[in-house]
Amino acid sequence: MNIFLILSVLVLIAISIWQITKIFELSQAKKVNTQVADDEDNNLNGKLMFIFLIFIYGITIFSFWSYGDVLLPDAASEHGSDYDNLMWISFAIIFFVQTITQALLHYFSYKYRGAKGKKALFYADNDKLEMLWTIIPVITLAGLILYGLYTWTDIMTVEENDEALVVELYAQQFNWKARYAGEDGVLGDANVRFLQDFDGRNLVGIDATDPNGFDDVVVQELHLPVGREVIFKMRSQDVLHSAYMPHFRAQMNCVPGMITEFAFTPNKTTEEMRMDSDVMAKVKKINSIRAEKSKELVASGDVALDPYEFDFLLLCNKICGASHYNMQMKIIVESEKEFENWMSSQQTFAEVIQ
Amino acid sequence: MSTAAVHTEEDHGHHHKETFVTKYIFSQDHKMISKQYLITGLFMGIIGIAMSLLFRLQLAWPEQPFGIFEVLLGKWAPDGVMDPNVYLALVTIHGTIMVFFVLTAGLSGTFSNLLIPLQIGARDMASGLLNMISYWMFFLSSVIMVISLFVEAGPAAAGWTIYPPLSALPQAQPGSGTGMTLWLVSMAIFIASSLLGSLNYIVTVINLRTKGMSMTRLPLTIWAFFVTAIIGVVSFPVLLSAALLLIMDRSFGTSFFLSDIFIQGEVLHYQGGSPVLYEHLFWFLGHPEVYIVLLPALGITSEIIATNARKPIFGYRAMVASILAIAFLSTIVWGHHMFISGMNPFLGSVFTFTTLLIAIPSAVKAFNYITTLWKGNLQLNPAMLFSIGLVSTFITGGLTGIILGDSTLDINVHDTYFVVAHFHLVMGISALYGLFAGVYHWFPKMYGRMMNKNLGYVHFWVTAVCAYGVFFPMHFIGMAGLPRRYYTNTAFPYFDDLADINVLITVFALVAGAAQLVFLYNFIHSMFYGKEAEQNPWRSNTLEWTAPVEHMHGNWPGKIPHVHRWAYDYSKPGQEDDFVPQHIPLKEGEEELQH
Repeated sequence: MNIFLILSVLVLIAISIWQITKIFELSQAKKVNTQVADDEDNNLNGKLMFIFLIFIYGITIFSFWSYGDVLLPDAASEHGSDYDNLMWISFAIIFFVQTITQALLHYFSYKYRGAKGKKALFYADNDKLEMLWTIIPVITLAGLILYGLYTWTDIMTVEENDEALVVELYAQQFNWKARYAGEDGVLGDANVRFLQDFDGRNLVGIDATDPNGFDDVVVQELHLPVGREVIFKMRSQDVLHSAYMPHFRAQMNCVPGMITEFAFTPNKTTEEMRMDSDVMAKVKKINSIRAEKSKELVASGDVALDPYEFDFLLLCNKICGASHYNMQMKIIVESEKEFENWMSSQQTFAEVIQ
Repeated sequence: MSTAAVHTEEDHGHHHKETFVTKYIFSQDHKMISKQYLITGLFMGIIGIAMSLLFRLQLAWPEQPFGIFEVLLGKWAPDGVMDPNVYLALVTIHGTIMVFFVLTAGLSGTFSNLLIPLQIGARDMASGLLNMISYWMFFLSSVIMVISLFVEAGPAAAGWTIYPPLSALPQAQPGSGTGMTLWLVSMAIFIASSLLGSLNYIVTVINLRTKGMSMTRLPLTIWAFFVTAIIGVVSFPVLLSAALLLIMDRSFGTSFFLSDIFIQGEVLHYQGGSPVLYEHLFWFLGHPEVYIVLLPALGITSEIIATNARKPIFGYRAMVASILAIAFLSTIVWGHHMFISGMNPFLGSVFTFTTLLIAIPSAVKAFNYITTLWKGNLQLNPAMLFSIGLVSTFITGGLTGIILGDSTLDINVHDTYFVVAHFHLVMGISALYGLFAGVYHWFPKMYGRMMNKNLGYVHFWVTAVCAYGVFFPMHFIGMAGLPRRYYTNTAFPYFDDLADINVLITVFALVAGAAQLVFLYNFIHSMFYGKEAEQNPWRSNTLEWTAPVEHMHGNWPGKIPHVHRWAYDYSKPGQEDDFVPQHIPLKEGEEELQH
């Protein structure tokens, strides 16, 4: 019945467009109807092109004005500030080029709109001009490539060292687990074959014959000490996932059958982040939205939403199935001392399987 | 070459006996096949766009019941609320249909078929039979793809890139059962169709050009179709091999892409495969595919901008060179989709380098289009508006490619809505504009009638405003850190402030969808009731406008016109008219531009 309704509405719309265009054409009977643009069309659409340029600028300014505050706050990792710098330099270049080229394109479309009797300039080639707009992108891009590659190598070169904290991020449909290497600083061997050992208490499949694994600690909430390098080893037990930690400018896929790596040094604690002015403004805005929504919910007899407090996030960023959108883990960055305290209250693998 | 030349000189104008079936269904005539491609592509486009509107509703008003969901999705939307698996299926099939069925077959298939023989001066494609088979394989693959929407557990839902293991294991999600099998079968047939088509285009362009039509006199449309076909022949077979290996893993227990998997309480037997291998194979086609979609649109734009600016295209040689450079580079940049896939970071460096290089020929093309407009006498027909619109979205979308192509910056925006905004502008919207521009421009050639220009203007302006309205704010959602392919962002209070933007985007998307109905109406109505077309309504130089309006086998009655000049002698000094078609001999003392 509904389909029938929708179809009849569509048919009615089609008939009305038909009738309106017919009336429109009949009312201009004296003009020759060729359906080719005439001076009037050129004039109107040329002017619209100019207005459209203003629209493009307008929507750019509008977006920055009203959505500027949804962007990620400053990075909370050491390499993150390099990342942010490169991002803003690239953006500056992009905005410059975008502003100029869109202006030329739409202004020319307006300025040179056709008219009867006008003749276009026969201008087929100019090697110097073409050279110019080949060379300028070459130089700009060469700069960006060099800067980018330098930063990339810096970020991606992971050197094992005693200082660093080694953490395994373990992905499965649809949750995250983290495994710390323990006192020896070495993660025990692991494989999905061992997942069913010890009545399912072996959550990430640690090989019980490898002594390195006994002091490993498996948790469901990620704690990191501030100012210390963390080397992440990613694993997945079923499908592809991606460990995305946007506030640290960090991401790496988790691939079944192989171990991937990413390392960074967090340089702001969760508490410090909560005091950041950008973050505070964002949290305030979110809470006012939530308060609004709570009112509606309460009115319809539901429970109100909890107020929101900032926390670092680990999200899944590779499509992994139905609950992909809700595969998350809380990250807490704290002082070395708080971290040690927390760690000492966790059970090691040896304790878990006893 | 000599036999081909003799062949083209023959008079094919005599009447063939035709039945309804050979004329309208199993036709070997390139013009009819081109119309078949267009209609099939538009039909698939309606499905693809409708799907995007459905999931936009879910994104703007997450988990709200909608009557339309109940009607269209039935048990997949209990009480009118969309199921998360269905959401993933919708984005998957939307992507597949738009990229392959609409923008590859619908765009390249339509216009390569229509224009290659007509613009190079050939009676038909090199092999009409292969051409017909190519279309019917495309048709078959479309039918299978549509059938896959109706299987019990739903169609494929692993994203249009169908990365294993998600796509390989029916335990991983409902869409990886029969739906995925049909997806793979459909795509395998599609690839075969595309290869047959491409081979035909290449052979035709190389062998069947009329006398005087040297490669350096080819219209840029033909250059674009020709090079696109070459990219297709080089890269599509690799996707076929990926699809076949995936079928083996799914159905015959091999381990090409799978290893060490524990799912649904069970350790699977797969050992030694790697999903990263699949990613390499997929993107070896996947990236060139972007240019398979885009180059024909740019070719169409070049032709339409020159014709309607009444000016030669600026920098013909540079345009050809940049098409070739883009084609070459497009085959060695696929790794930029995999910076954080776990492959060696050094490979990431190499792919960053090649990827950013591709910005150079792209920039040259954009600047040349802008210079072509300069001091022109712009005839702002709907086709011209869409071509200018294409250049605009190509620039806006292309520029953010500088961020995504940089391995460092990709770390944090990879797979977020920033990517969605980027590729929709640079290849989705741009290529769709190319398709629309082509339809408005060559409609008189295809159907012998004109489309209504006023409806065309309405269609363009509403679409243009909405395209920016949808995709410009979307960059911000991505920069806020929201991953794509999320059923809803309400699981994260952190993203609660994105709700307004999502509503705005959906409203623009719905209006844009409605504007396409205006086009559809204009298209169908003009087919039967449009004003009858003159032979050369746009006063264009290319050869297709020397053929009679009424379609005939062999394209021209009598001899095929010979070519004496390039396609861009618009407003040439010393000429009476502001255009000189390619078949007009040089006047005494007239110099041909040497290209």
